[in-house]
Amino acid sequence: MHEWALAEAVIAAATQIAAKEKLKQITEITIKIGELQQVETDILEFAFQQLKPANLKNTKFHIKSQKATLKCRVCGNTWLFARQQLDPAIVEAIHFIPETAHTYIKCPKCSSPDFEITEGRGIQLEKVTGVR
Amino acid sequence: MADPRTSIINQRLKHINRIIAVTSGKGGVGKSLIATTLALTLSKQHRKVGLFDLDFTSPSTHLILGTKDAQPKEEKGIVPPTINGIEYMSLIYYCSDKPTPLRGADTSNVLIELLAITRWSPLDYLIIDMPPGIGDAVLDLIRLVNRIEFLIVTTPSQLAFETVKKQAILLQQLHAPIIGIIENMKMTNTKNIQQQTEKLNLAYIGEIPYDPQVEDAIGDETKLLSTVIAQKITEITHRRL
Ligand SMILES: Nc1ncnc2c1ncn2[C@@H]1O[C@H](COP(=O)(O)OP(=O)(O)OP(=O)(O)O)[C@@H](O)[C@H]1O
Ligand SMILES: [Mg+2]
Ligand SMILES: [Zn+2]
Repeated sequence: MHEWALAEAVIAAATQIAAKEKLKQITEITIKIGELQQVETDILEFAFQQLKPANLKNTKFHIKSQKATLKCRVCGNTWLFARQQLDPAIVEAIHFIPETAHTYIKCPKCSSPDFEITEGRGIQLEKVTGVR
Repeated sequence: MADPRTSIINQRLKHINRIIAVTSGKGGVGKSLIATTLALTLSKQHRKVGLFDLDFTSPSTHLILGTKDAQPKEEKGIVPPTINGIEYMSLIYYCSDKPTPLRGADTSNVLIELLAITRWSPLDYLIIDMPPGIGDAVLDLIRLVNRIEFLIVTTPSQLAFETVKKQAILLQQLHAPIIGIIENMKMTNTKNIQQQTEKLNLAYIGEIPYDPQVEDAIGDETKLLSTVIAQKITEITHRRL
């Protein structure tokens, strides 16, 4: 349930944005979730429903998912993260701290751990809309 | 597009009274040993203490502390295990003893993730063991943690002190509070480092002798607490913390 901590972060961030833009009500929040972190969207949505503070009473949450792309810095190879090929304990470590991908995953072409997570690492706040 | 994680960090640290990063411009000067012993001696004085290892690529506090089998618990985030009375968090729990090569942006991401999801209890002190230098970890803590304070470690070597000087000047320019400088591994009585510290308008908060016995105390709380290093650190906590 560490999704709960991430949901709290999203709400804190959206609340800060709303304050800055003087929004009285937040109507919609769009977040993007990178597949590397394998966030359980059900748990995330449940956490949003439970946590909702007053200015988020009627907020609609949109959750988009994004494939995780890895690019080798040594040979230039690009590939997609696929959890199916990994041991469950490794999948769990990457779920908590996506950068541990560098501990367990190697470039399928040249075996280097020196790759870049170009897209789809974790959770991002894409858009917050509301009324003044 | 915004990173929501940074918005929650200071809320997570709200119930921690003091957040102290043990740092140095130089590597190998005793940061990890001092950070861990500091955490243990404060805990012995009945303070609630956390220890957080920020040296992600070369962690060592788990070895000095002698971490047992305890693991972080997943509970609306992650709850650090308590080891020898100290709440303890390290990336080691997620990469075990395997090499984890990380570039700058990766270390920032790990730092932000751990600060955003770790649920510390209300603490008197959170002690942070830093990697050497004035790179990502220092800059990120200043950027992200409102109440961060720095405790700088040097050795009697001018080589160490020159890097420490640069670090101290940087921290002063960024208005980051510096508790003072500890001179570690002292073998003679020279006042050289003390004088140079005072010239920088910084507090010289104590010296710790070189103790050839300490290697034998690594990983053993009782032995560690009976070293002269622990005695000196306890004195420093009485005077300065
Ligand atoms: N006062 C001391 N007397 C004897 N040995 C010491 C003393 N302080 C530290 N050491 C030893 O020196 C070595 C380096 O210490 P430590 O790992 O704490 O340094 P560090 O600054 O954390 O290094 P790094 O920059 O690599 O993180 C260790 O073997 C440690 O046990
Ligand atoms: Mg160290
Ligand atoms: Zn490659």
